[in-house]
Amino acid sequence: MIRTEEMLLNVGPQHPSTHGVFRVVIKIDGEIITEATPVIGYLHRGTEKLAEDLNYTQIIPYTDRMDYLSAMTGNYVVCHAVETLMGLEIPERAEYLRVIAMELNRVASHLVWFGTYLLDIGAMSPFLYAFREREMITNLINELCGARLTFNYMRVGGVKWDAPDGWIQKVKDFLPYMREQLEGYHTLVTGNEIFLSRIKGIGKYNAETAIKYSLSGANLRCTGVKWDLRKDEPYSIYDRFDFDVPTETEGDAYARYLIRMEEIRQSIRILEQAVEQFPSSGEIMGKVPRVIKPPVGETYVRIESPRGEIGCYINSKGKPQPYRMKFRRPSFYNLQILPELLKGQNVANLITILGGIDIVLGEVDG
Amino acid sequence: MMHELLTSTPSWLNFAIFIGLGAVLLGVVLGFVTYAILAERKVIGFMQLRIGPNRLGGRFGLLQTVADVLKLLLKEDTIPKKADRPLFILAPVIAFVPAFMVIAVIPFTDKLYFADLGVGLLYYLAISGLTTFGVITGGWASNNKYALLGGMRAVAQMISYEIPLVMSVIGIILLTGSLNIISIVEFQAGQLWFIVLQPVAFAIFMIASVAELNRTPFDLPEAESELVAGYHVEYSGFRFAFFMLAEYVYLFAMASLVTVLFLGGWYPPFHETLPFLLYIPGVVWFLLKFSLVVFFMFWIRATFPRLRADHLMEFGWKVLLPLALANIFVTALLKELFFRS
Repeated sequence: MIRTEEMLLNVGPQHPSTHGVFRVVIKIDGEIITEATPVIGYLHRGTEKLAEDLNYTQIIPYTDRMDYLSAMTGNYVVCHAVETLMGLEIPERAEYLRVIAMELNRVASHLVWFGTYLLDIGAMSPFLYAFREREMITNLINELCGARLTFNYMRVGGVKWDAPDGWIQKVKDFLPYMREQLEGYHTLVTGNEIFLSRIKGIGKYNAETAIKYSLSGANLRCTGVKWDLRKDEPYSIYDRFDFDVPTETEGDAYARYLIRMEEIRQSIRILEQAVEQFPSSGEIMGKVPRVIKPPVGETYVRIESPRGEIGCYINSKGKPQPYRMKFRRPSFYNLQILPELLKGQNVANLITILGGIDIVLGEVDG
Repeated sequence: MMHELLTSTPSWLNFAIFIGLGAVLLGVVLGFVTYAILAERKVIGFMQLRIGPNRLGGRFGLLQTVADVLKLLLKEDTIPKKADRPLFILAPVIAFVPAFMVIAVIPFTDKLYFADLGVGLLYYLAISGLTTFGVITGGWASNNKYALLGGMRAVAQMISYEIPLVMSVIGIILLTGSLNIISIVEFQAGQLWFIVLQPVAFAIFMIASVAELNRTPFDLPEAESELVAGYHVEYSGFRFAFFMLAEYVYLFAMASLVTVLFLGGWYPPFHETLPFLLYIPGVVWFLLKFSLVVFFMFWIRATFPRLRADHLMEFGWKVLLPLALANIFVTALLKELFFRS
């Protein structure tokens, strides 16, 4: 008598494709997943609790370590929240520097996603091509703020460092090159039959499910919902730029791939306009009191990070430290849909689906 | 010289000579494997904007692989407590031995070959199939879930692609009328290379052989991003080295087989119209074509993503096999119509 039984397979936390310390326990029947239970928290550092004992400026480096692939948006959201609470004016030059830094970071973040996703699918070369371009961005940001990953660049009221001489020109020179390379990726990867067969129709959900799970970013836009906070609730100076919000209607991994690739192009468009309009002189720090003490009250701001909607809630009791701080971390919310998507898929699709969601474990675990 | 040796009456002297020649071949193959690994790393490094090995043994890292192998040999040999010990030890050997056995029937030139079997091609295909046992044994004996999944995938894949591989060469056998590899080469020298006469068979053979070798885009059994390392996840030290060695020796054997079956072996191209090309020794031509095939396989590895297990099966059974069968049919028809003599 032949007997088959389900196998309990532990994927992660030390697995090459869980992008950090994510763990998912799957029940498999042959290669088909019947049940998936994600286990998170291996990278939990208690950022929100730690923040309660820190000055606002001291919190900024902690946000670098949440979504470490896109630390600029993390920096911005906390500064933006404090500024909103205090009603501060930000100098124009500082706003431009912030936008340029954030958009460069968005391109870099999507490049990392593109490379590692292809690596998950089994193609090694695109990873190295993407990292060549990312390296250039990292170098540019390094010149700007002296760090390559954990930038700690923004401050309440402005930015820490002004752009060095000739830096704007360097960004200007980089943009056409990046456009060209993006075309190269499409030629190498997007038309590849194997690649398409791996991701088309995989991890599919509709707009209703996406909203129910509170997904955001490319994970939401792939279902046809046009929702980008840069357009819908413009913060900083995003209303000055002309750019499109790419959407797809399929809701599968391929749609998410196309959206992220298109977002790189849109970010380049924003950057091109930003470096053109960049004010030749001006302050980089607004008028900020020596000790940052927001008035009693609370605020919640949200912006568009490469991974989706990142939000910051501050409850202030008028002290230099927040009474309570809460981050809406998009990776954490986006990950929630995983068990539902995994049911009935095979092990190879597990990697494709997980990679397609684009999580950063620092952000998931907070 | 080989011909006389092979046809002479057996004696202790002949036996000793064969042992010596076998040792030489072993050395050549191992030398090849050493430098194929280096070449692969260099070529892929070049394609991926990296430098590749460049420290040990001069600027080109000529001793890198030697050092890697030495490291593997010196490593602690761990066997998991819950593993099936005898099978665990046996598996790398089963995977490794056939890899060397198949090389015996590959003729490098008309004078340099080690066995002139009447059914050489059949021997090759039959023996190379044995490696699958080593892989599944290793996957099973490790008592590891990833290894088991990898082993299962490997066996399913190797069996599925073995069939189109065999079917694709039937066209060649039909045209040549022989299973002897030397006759196949001689036939190509007289007519056209089989890459021209049997283009479909060549395409199928190349795809199936990459799948047989478990190389990208068919590297599912050891898919790093899914199964960590597949069937050899629990292996370390020289047992792991044996699996790796078997893989590269197969690369050597497969590239040689493609060279002799489809690319005219040791004969230069157009040697009837350009007879001066024959002055270049056959070994050089063989090496040239062989290197091209190997380079092609490296190139594929640097370019393609990995297939998914179920797509792989579908592709093997629903596309390659019918194509191979159709190829046999068309070849038989053409032979009846045009080559009837």
